[in-house]
Amino acid sequence: MRLFIPAIAALVLAAPAWAQNAPLAAQACLSCHGANGAGQGGVPNLAGRDRAELVALMAAFRANERPATIMGRITRGYSEAEIAASAEYFSRQGR
Amino acid sequence: MNTSRRALLGAAITAPALVQAQTQARLLIIGGGFGGATAANFARRTYPWLQVTLVEPKTSFVTCPYGNLVLGGFRQIGDITHSYDGLRARGVTVVHDWATGIDANARNVRLQGGQSLGYDRLILSPGIALRWGAIEGYDEAAAETMPHAWVPGDGAQTLLLRRQLEAMPDGGVVGLAIPGNPFRCPPGPYERISMIAAYLKRHKPRSKILALDAKEAFSKQGLFQDAWAALYPGMIEWVPANRDGRVVRVDPRAMEFETEFGTRHKLDVANVIPAQTAARIAASAGLTDNSGWVPVNPVTFEARAAANIHVVGDANIPGPMPKSGFVANTTAKQAVASAAAALRGEAAPEAVYFNTCYSHVGDDYGISVVGVFRPNAEATAIVEVPNSGGVSPRGNLPEQRRLEATYADSWYASITRDMFG
Repeated sequence: MRLFIPAIAALVLAAPAWAQNAPLAAQACLSCHGANGAGQGGVPNLAGRDRAELVALMAAFRANERPATIMGRITRGYSEAEIAASAEYFSRQGR
Repeated sequence: MNTSRRALLGAAITAPALVQAQTQARLLIIGGGFGGATAANFARRTYPWLQVTLVEPKTSFVTCPYGNLVLGGFRQIGDITHSYDGLRARGVTVVHDWATGIDANARNVRLQGGQSLGYDRLILSPGIALRWGAIEGYDEAAAETMPHAWVPGDGAQTLLLRRQLEAMPDGGVVGLAIPGNPFRCPPGPYERISMIAAYLKRHKPRSKILALDAKEAFSKQGLFQDAWAALYPGMIEWVPANRDGRVVRVDPRAMEFETEFGTRHKLDVANVIPAQTAARIAASAGLTDNSGWVPVNPVTFEARAAANIHVVGDANIPGPMPKSGFVANTTAKQAVASAAAALRGEAAPEAVYFNTCYSHVGDDYGISVVGVFRPNAEATAIVEVPNSGGVSPRGNLPEQRRLEATYADSWYASITRDMFG
């Protein structure tokens, strides 16, 4: 088993598309929240935030239970699965 | 085996790296604007096995978005000019030349310089052409006196209009001729009116803006008109088509606009935003329909007239989506993902498209329209997701307006980095 591990590590390192790229549904987030969702100017950071916290935030925006500037209008267009996949991606990004 | 090694192993099994390593293909992109630059950068970030070549005549790119802030004196042209060096650093081959013809059967693009480039998949993002002569008297020569400032090129048109505003006497009249739908950037003319008004209010407060429109309604109309009444009372007159707003003839020597019913308006500064079509190469490649724009597949953005050629940006017919930079960005990513999937013999990914158009209307005063769109169940058309999107709320909401102005600036910084960074 030990012998395989360096080869596997090399394979993972050679897989940037899998390891680093936002899912298509989350790509639009980057156009305001910055590369990897790391925040830009007054737009909040998403990178490295807790997955469940992000999902709960989006659910609150969708339900109009949280004051929003534009996120209410946005989140109501996305499915729960898309929001979960996006939250998963952002939670794995370094701040 | 410890936990981190086990996680690594689990991850490696799900990684599609082995499949990707076997594939090599040529992705050729024509046009280095919001659609094309996004496509190039996204392709290199996401599909390192693609060889990406970008054909763009200009050596730097002046954005149409935020050009209105240059007119208002809020930005310099250098602030909205972007280099292609970032894309080169990502491994994109950037060729500064004009694409003059596409041979869809041979999968080949001819360049003005004589070179010819083959491709496996083509992303065509050529932008718009202005319809010279659609307004009588408005040709390229007239645009040196009455700038359009709608296709930024090297920025000269925007700077010309800015200089004319600076040279205008206090008490002068700025005229705008605004086209019917569809056209590039639906809220753009009205943001432009707002930014010119902001400049005039500070420097030439007795001046007027006369906006003559070939339409009877426009994007974010209520929000714009609320803002004009609050910020620039008495300065802006908007004349819709049904009140003789349609400009049919211009006279650059006399500095006059003439409308459908023969009213002549004498102006000190005249901005003509003419009607538009897809850029010429889309028509010469046989991709446009009678409307002058390119019909596309709602999932892959391949031209209806040619599989293998994905047409993104303002040249296509995007269903209910506006011709905006954000739509060019979001559809370019879907087009590249679809092209990559096809090259690997896979089905196109599920599509969701997104748009936000922010407009600045004054200091710390921004407004927006948001839309989330998807192909319909039959994948025959694009539809807006019900109960989502829409415009900013109306009313006296200074914090909302301040935040949206801030977010607009963040959007500009982020999307241009997504394209060129």
